[in-house]
Amino acid sequence: MTVFGVVQFPGSCDERDALHACGMVGDARMVWHEDTDLDGLDAVIVPGGFSYGDYLRAGAIARFSPAMGAVADFAAAGGPVLGICNGFQVLCEAGLLPGALLPNDAVRFVCRQVELVVENDETPFTAECVAGDRLSVPVKHMTGRFFAPQAQLDELEAAGQVVLRYAPGDNPNGSVRNIAGVRNEAGNVMGLMPHPEHAVDPLTGSADGLRLFASVAAREPVAAAGP
Amino acid sequence: MKARVLIRPKEGILDPQGKAVERALPALGFDGVSDVRVGRLVEIETDDAESLPALCEQLLANPLIEDYEIVIGSDAAPATVTEPGADPAAADAKRSTSRE
Repeated sequence: MTVFGVVQFPGSCDERDALHACGMVGDARMVWHEDTDLDGLDAVIVPGGFSYGDYLRAGAIARFSPAMGAVADFAAAGGPVLGICNGFQVLCEAGLLPGALLPNDAVRFVCRQVELVVENDETPFTAECVAGDRLSVPVKHMTGRFFAPQAQLDELEAAGQVVLRYAPGDNPNGSVRNIAGVRNEAGNVMGLMPHPEHAVDPLTGSADGLRLFASVAAREPVAAAGP
Repeated sequence: MKARVLIRPKEGILDPQGKAVERALPALGFDGVSDVRVGRLVEIETDDAESLPALCEQLLANPLIEDYEIVIGSDAAPATVTEPGADPAAADAKRSTSRE
């Protein structure tokens, strides 16, 4: 069974939901930010929240935590890593993902359900989807406007690194090219601003988010054994 | 020595905070204001000014989205508004008092 680790920073606030979502499709344990032991994990989730108060820039301090050093090694060895919201910001700041997240164009905290379009269904996190699928998942953030210079955006698009887009007309933050989620060049690290862990039960509006976790769980666990 | 690091959104990057400030000013009667950009100011006491650019690149600024400017030495004294004629030492004393 796939074992997920969820990194918990001071100021994280979505780690419990992430743990719950992972637990629905596999086993899951919390990884405290001072912890560097990722032994036995098949995948790592860097959850949402306000790590270290989001001081300086969102995610800027969290990337120096001991756990993130271990996550970088885990990612370098090919282990799947998913950053959600603040986790996405942390992974960008850590250089594990391309681009950066800027304050929303409306300077407002946005909290609502959005429609996502799956662009790439060949990542560890979208393998259970089909390109073109629509996912209904909530966003809740102040700093979610994805940005990268034009030339880099063209490269990302050409390499299939844009994994998720906001559906046309449903871009909540001014992200360039409606980009909601990207992956790294190797394909094993992904980040997105929306919260799939909050969309795992029809009772709360949608269970579409669960498909991302189920995609990881459906893989043959390889990371634990090294690259 | 004292250093100040001024961090701004890169040219060409939409700065919604600056826009919000810009739009608010005419309501107060401040007309003719444009191109407002909101950034950050970091004050640092350091013995190693040469490491400042690296420090900015690696932590204080995100070079993808922000420009930074380093001001060192006496120019880097905190920009406190002082009464005319007040000497810097007095201003310093005032500052340290106000911090307590």
